[in-house]
Amino acid sequence: MLPPLAASTRAAALLFCSLLLAACTDGPWNNPNPPAPAGLVTYQSMISPAPPKHLDPAISYASDESLILMQIYEPPMGYHFLKRPYELIPLGAEDFPEITFLNARGEAIDPDQEEVAFSRYRLTVKADARYQPHPAFAVDDSGAPRYLFSDPQQGRSFRQISDFPHSGSRAVHANDYVYAIKRLADPFNGSPMLGFMAQYIVGMEEFSARLQDVEREGWLNLDQYPMEGLAVVDERRFDITIKGRYPQFSYWLAMHFFSPIPPEVDRFFHNPGFIDRNLTLDWWPVGSGPFMMVKNDPNSEIVLERNPNFRADYYPSEGAPGDAEAGLLDDAGKRLPLVDRAVFRLEKEVLSLWTKFLQGYYDRSGETHGNTNRVFDQAFVVGPDGVELSADMAGRDIGVEPDVKPGIYYYGFNMRDPVVGGYSEEKRKLRQALQIAFDTEEYLNIFYKGNGIAAHMPIPPGIPGFVEGEAGINPYVYDWVDGEARRKSIEHAQQLLVEAGYPNGRDARTGEPLKIFIDVQSQAISNTSMNWIDRAFARIGVQVEYRPADWNRTREKLLTGNTQIYSHGWLADYPDPENFLFLLFGPESPLICKCDGANNSNYESAEYDELFRRMRVMPPGAEREAIVAEMVDLLRKDAVWLYAFYPKNIYLNNSWVYNNKRHGISKNTLKYVRIDEALREQKRAEWNQPVIWPLYAAALLVIALLLPGIIAYRRRLRATARH
Amino acid sequence: MFAYIVRRLLYAIPILIGVNLLTFTLFFVVNSPDDMAVSQLGDKYVTPEAIENWKQKNGYDKPLFLNPDAAGLTRLTDTIFFDKSVRLFAFDFGRSESGRDITSDVATRMWPSLAVALPTFIVGIGVNICVALMVVMFHGTRLDRGAVFLFVALMSISYLFYIIGGQFLVAKTWRLVPISGFHAEGQVWKFLILPVLVGVVAGIGAGARWYRTLFLEEANQDYVRTARAKGCSELTILFRHILPNALIPILTGVVVLIPSLFMGSLLIESFFGIPGLGSYMLDAINSQDFAIVRSMVFIGSILYILGLILTDISYTWADPRVRLS
Repeated sequence: MLPPLAASTRAAALLFCSLLLAACTDGPWNNPNPPAPAGLVTYQSMISPAPPKHLDPAISYASDESLILMQIYEPPMGYHFLKRPYELIPLGAEDFPEITFLNARGEAIDPDQEEVAFSRYRLTVKADARYQPHPAFAVDDSGAPRYLFSDPQQGRSFRQISDFPHSGSRAVHANDYVYAIKRLADPFNGSPMLGFMAQYIVGMEEFSARLQDVEREGWLNLDQYPMEGLAVVDERRFDITIKGRYPQFSYWLAMHFFSPIPPEVDRFFHNPGFIDRNLTLDWWPVGSGPFMMVKNDPNSEIVLERNPNFRADYYPSEGAPGDAEAGLLDDAGKRLPLVDRAVFRLEKEVLSLWTKFLQGYYDRSGETHGNTNRVFDQAFVVGPDGVELSADMAGRDIGVEPDVKPGIYYYGFNMRDPVVGGYSEEKRKLRQALQIAFDTEEYLNIFYKGNGIAAHMPIPPGIPGFVEGEAGINPYVYDWVDGEARRKSIEHAQQLLVEAGYPNGRDARTGEPLKIFIDVQSQAISNTSMNWIDRAFARIGVQVEYRPADWNRTREKLLTGNTQIYSHGWLADYPDPENFLFLLFGPESPLICKCDGANNSNYESAEYDELFRRMRVMPPGAEREAIVAEMVDLLRKDAVWLYAFYPKNIYLNNSWVYNNKRHGISKNTLKYVRIDEALREQKRAEWNQPVIWPLYAAALLVIALLLPGIIAYRRRLRATARH
Repeated sequence: MFAYIVRRLLYAIPILIGVNLLTFTLFFVVNSPDDMAVSQLGDKYVTPEAIENWKQKNGYDKPLFLNPDAAGLTRLTDTIFFDKSVRLFAFDFGRSESGRDITSDVATRMWPSLAVALPTFIVGIGVNICVALMVVMFHGTRLDRGAVFLFVALMSISYLFYIIGGQFLVAKTWRLVPISGFHAEGQVWKFLILPVLVGVVAGIGAGARWYRTLFLEEANQDYVRTARAKGCSELTILFRHILPNALIPILTGVVVLIPSLFMGSLLIESFFGIPGLGSYMLDAINSQDFAIVRSMVFIGSILYILGLILTDISYTWADPRVRLS
């Protein structure tokens, strides 16, 4: 009989060997991905940190959801992949909208001669646009829908879309776009766009009110309910009529809200019992875009595959300056999409995400975020030319793609606050002194590793109205010295404080020290940041007190104007200065509109508001740019924000991924991505050789721990009573 | 025994009502229905009408506990609390705020939770008991003192350290297993090795020290001395005499956990990307999804009560002198 040690060792060795054998069967041991279908080029990516909550284009309004939706749906308009500033192009539509201006009687007019009451947008659907194969389109021999059930029991065996054996397809019709807009207006869907779009689209509010009172049982065919501002001209053309002039409406047409929804798909998902098995349009999008969803497991992954019915679409043959040199035009003229499949795995933790990227199991470091700001600090060092890859990363042939987001983060003053608010010269000087004292560049270098650009105006780079160089600096905070913007001195800030009535940071009348209050979101600021801000303002003798709260409470304070200095941010919906300048438009103040308005500073300037009203309805051009510059000057003079910066994200791309240019507005860029699978496999094998010695060491450690015990036990067994 | 079980199940009803009431109150003290609406609708262009519409669609447009506009019993029944919490007693969990069927999600997610929790539980108990018995065998020696020191050291280390350390060493540096993930199809085991290993190692300190204390109480009993005097080997004494007699306190701590294994572990599942009920709960808290939170708390309470009843029943198996009445 074998002694206990030999038996346990033999069992452990057997287990170890079986694990080794099992692991050896499928490439690297640490490969977290199941084998991809042979012959399909797969893009490997992640959704982080949470799965999408909504994939219904009428309901969804989050960038991570848009990342999935925009690969599946095609709204009428889109953006050029390469050109900058961002350029609108037709996507689902044949051409740009044909705009007709109408007077109050509905007659076509010349907008320069008569006041515009309505604008009619006529859109033509692309002739070759077809939907993905889907069971909603499947018909039986008589032409009737194959999957139309009257009883929940009939469809019980279908738990996901792949369970349906039959599918069909059809061309995209103009009515599908009209139907989609009606879905936005249907209060039952709870679209976040309803309130906003009802201000513009004629009849949307009334349509919504009417549907509110309709008794529903199962599917409600919206085709039976006309909306005044929508009209189907023929199978490929439709009209949208909006109130007045709103040139930015074309940009809205590039958002997923306006993607076509076939009525039969809506009807399919209203089959009785489907919702109990999560068979809804909110989880199974159906579109005419380059990809279609084949798996949606919100617990682990979303899988997209090439839509076999996708129209003829080609890689652009022209781009922005430098694109050709960067190899971004190498695929010009190729049929899109360039990959067959895309897998988005749910990744909640940063360490896992980062490790998998370094091991080559993810093609890029992120999708909607580069995941490099403050998180992957070890990947970067600050060199003489700014942020560079660290030595560890340098040998991995990783591509770095910086991307300045079309957005802005800022700390704003509440202009109604008795201390820092107001429009007198003293109050302006007080705010300007505080602006100078807050060294944004240093703050970004310390806390964002330089991944941000100090803002001189609310409009970020890439958006018309943004001005670089000397002409673009904020002259109240910066001087132009030696070819660069240099922050004014602390002495200047102190002098401004004196003129504002706060010499050395004390109220000249009462002698009380000036204390400012900053409302911060608890999770959005660290103690070290707060210490830095304390020190920054201490240089001009100003004290700071923080009022941390969660987002819900912060929002309440903003709605009631109960803040002094608050933090906020804005990411563009579309690349137009109007989408940023409205952040300070008087009627957008929550205290004025009694709503969740965007002007949290409660800034009120009759001059600014008038300019905004004019600018909003003007077509792009020099005159409009001059008005934008005038508005920016007003904001600078009034010093409405304490500081602001344009967030910069750094995306890392493994060497086998091509066409990595980031688009700040559009998310439908997956179709341009190309993967060199052979190189990926080679690198993965190279980078993921397991280190075996720890297994032996662990076995030895277990033996070393057990051995003294076993020896002592045997000795005790053999010992006599005396011992 | 049947009467005893029925009585315990009936006791569970007021406990579950209390738990529901407490969860409901705590959740709505922190989040108003308006907060939930904003969280679901996003931060941009949220109009008061959209908020009202969302509340109406999801049944949050009623008073919380008491409806002053209603008459009679409907003052209590026409409320959010009644609508959302009372129907849990019929195991109708409804839909999450994002529209998914909770029962379906729970049924899908409990298996990955169990796949991690069950081996961790079984291997953990086995290892802890074996280690504790070995240490008891050398009670009073330097080996015993060294082991106790080691247990206290292991106990003192944060669970997060084990997780991150394990991921860093085993998955990142040595590349022996995937750092995280889970695929029901194919090689599930390779995703389980690391979380189970981490779970077992992290539990050794506290577990083995506790079992050692239990075993030491038994080791000094007369029957042990008698067994030793009649020539039984140390292994026989430990496994045939001490272990069965120490089972009651062991069962008290262990059986109650068995039903809760379905609920998974918040930390392990989050860090290792296991799509189980632990991470489901954590996601729901983060996204202010009250429908999921209340359902999970309800299920957790039921499983805990079930665990307590099972514990009582297990006493009769471990010690024939125990009778439930």
